[in-house]
Amino acid sequence: MRRLLILGAGTAGTIMANKLRKDLPTHAWEITIVDEDREHLYQPGLLFIPFGIYKKEDVLKPKANFLPRGVNRIFEGFQKIEPESNKVILNSGKELHYDLLIIATGTRVAPEETPGLKGELWYKDVFDFYTLEGSLALARKLRDWEGGKLVVNIADMPIKCPVAPLEFAFLADWFFQERGIRDKVEIYYVTPMSGAFTKPKASAILSGILEQKHIHVIGDFFLGEVNNEEKKIVDFGGAEVDFDLLVSVPLHMGQQAIIDSGIGDDFGFVPTDKFTLQARDHENIFVLGDASNIPTSKAGSVVHFASEVLHENILCAIDGRPMTASFDGHANCYIETGFGNAALLDFNYDTEPTTGTFPLPGVGPFTLLSESKANHYGKLIFRWIYWHILLKGKELPVSNKMSLAGKDI
Amino acid sequence: MATKMYAGKPVEVNDEGFFLDKEAWTKDMAPEIAKEVGIDALGDKHYDVIEYIRKRVAAGEQLSMRGMGKSGVVDLKEFYQLFPGKPLKYATRISGVPKPTSCV
Repeated sequence: MRRLLILGAGTAGTIMANKLRKDLPTHAWEITIVDEDREHLYQPGLLFIPFGIYKKEDVLKPKANFLPRGVNRIFEGFQKIEPESNKVILNSGKELHYDLLIIATGTRVAPEETPGLKGELWYKDVFDFYTLEGSLALARKLRDWEGGKLVVNIADMPIKCPVAPLEFAFLADWFFQERGIRDKVEIYYVTPMSGAFTKPKASAILSGILEQKHIHVIGDFFLGEVNNEEKKIVDFGGAEVDFDLLVSVPLHMGQQAIIDSGIGDDFGFVPTDKFTLQARDHENIFVLGDASNIPTSKAGSVVHFASEVLHENILCAIDGRPMTASFDGHANCYIETGFGNAALLDFNYDTEPTTGTFPLPGVGPFTLLSESKANHYGKLIFRWIYWHILLKGKELPVSNKMSLAGKDI
Repeated sequence: MATKMYAGKPVEVNDEGFFLDKEAWTKDMAPEIAKEVGIDALGDKHYDVIEYIRKRVAAGEQLSMRGMGKSGVVDLKEFYQLFPGKPLKYATRISGVPKPTSCV
């Protein structure tokens, strides 16, 4: 009996468990999945919680509901991976041996890495919305906030879903108009990037939307510390921005156990071949999702597209054949822009986001890089697709390879 | 996209002046690129940073401000002093590597 071990039962781990249990005969392969949390968090939903659109129960479901039969589930954290002896040590000290390992441990926000961020104003005037606690605390704050200077800040890249902070700013503009206090709120978007987004075409169009919504952008700002006494953020070069309310996207890191295992980079991301998704230093370890260091967005859509590549390559590896699938870095993100509209980005390692229609050339129904109601409904419907199709590893009518058809190039 | 002349050779760069192919870069181009971002002279410390950046990129690793702080080559204060204003952007541009991919 050979053993496949999956670390992490989030989006990536769950998809792989579903795909591989179908293909690998139970008499030949034992599959085990390990995760310390029993509940699956629908992370795209965190954006909507601060504005009262989603509630806690809209974004949580038991992980066990999405795992197939015939997969061993261990709900426990792990201390260490020992690649030389092909084993993982759980928190309890129990050892799990593997023939093949998939690391799908994701990323976490690390506010404690920035001096003053988790200071006395934390969850009073300083919030994150990338955790459930943070987004819930922020929802309570926004409900009766009387206005002032709202600063949305990204500490440093890479972060999960790089458009989410922008969406937060767009939705905040809409939310405060609905509450009738938009004239009492100044919104600042402070980012380490030079503009709204790093890819030039998308940045130009998104900057236009920011301008229309009277959201001020301050770029090239790398958060060094938060000064709680004077309520301001300070960058490494000394530049300062004061705030009444700070919505922070803290530094992102891989899991501590990855760092402790000595298989991560300085920030705990596992060096991974960006085409094959194999760990750079270990032939029988593969990495899917936010836990890897591949140069594309840390996002569920990337995981979904990459999972098809990994699926094929793992089957190759098991048969001892050369790996035939190659990931192109495909990412696809809806951007909520408020007032029932959304825009859509579709890009990969080599092609930046552009205008056009998606997924059907000339038809859509979605419009790339421009606002439409259809995109907004796409985003809302996506939650259903996520729970019912995507996590189960079923096929979606969208190719994992980015297509140029329908794009204005 | 555009073509620029550095050290007497034509080089393909993107709209922001980043090299499209890091292999097109030679050390004697660095001072000329540095002048474009307002750095008049490059010292040994600048070249240590450039060497580190090119090594990391050649290894397929991502560059970030935090990574520079932990590089052991410079701390972030020195990094800002060496490349005032936009250190990561200027240092990567002078090093002839593509724009940092952590920016996706």
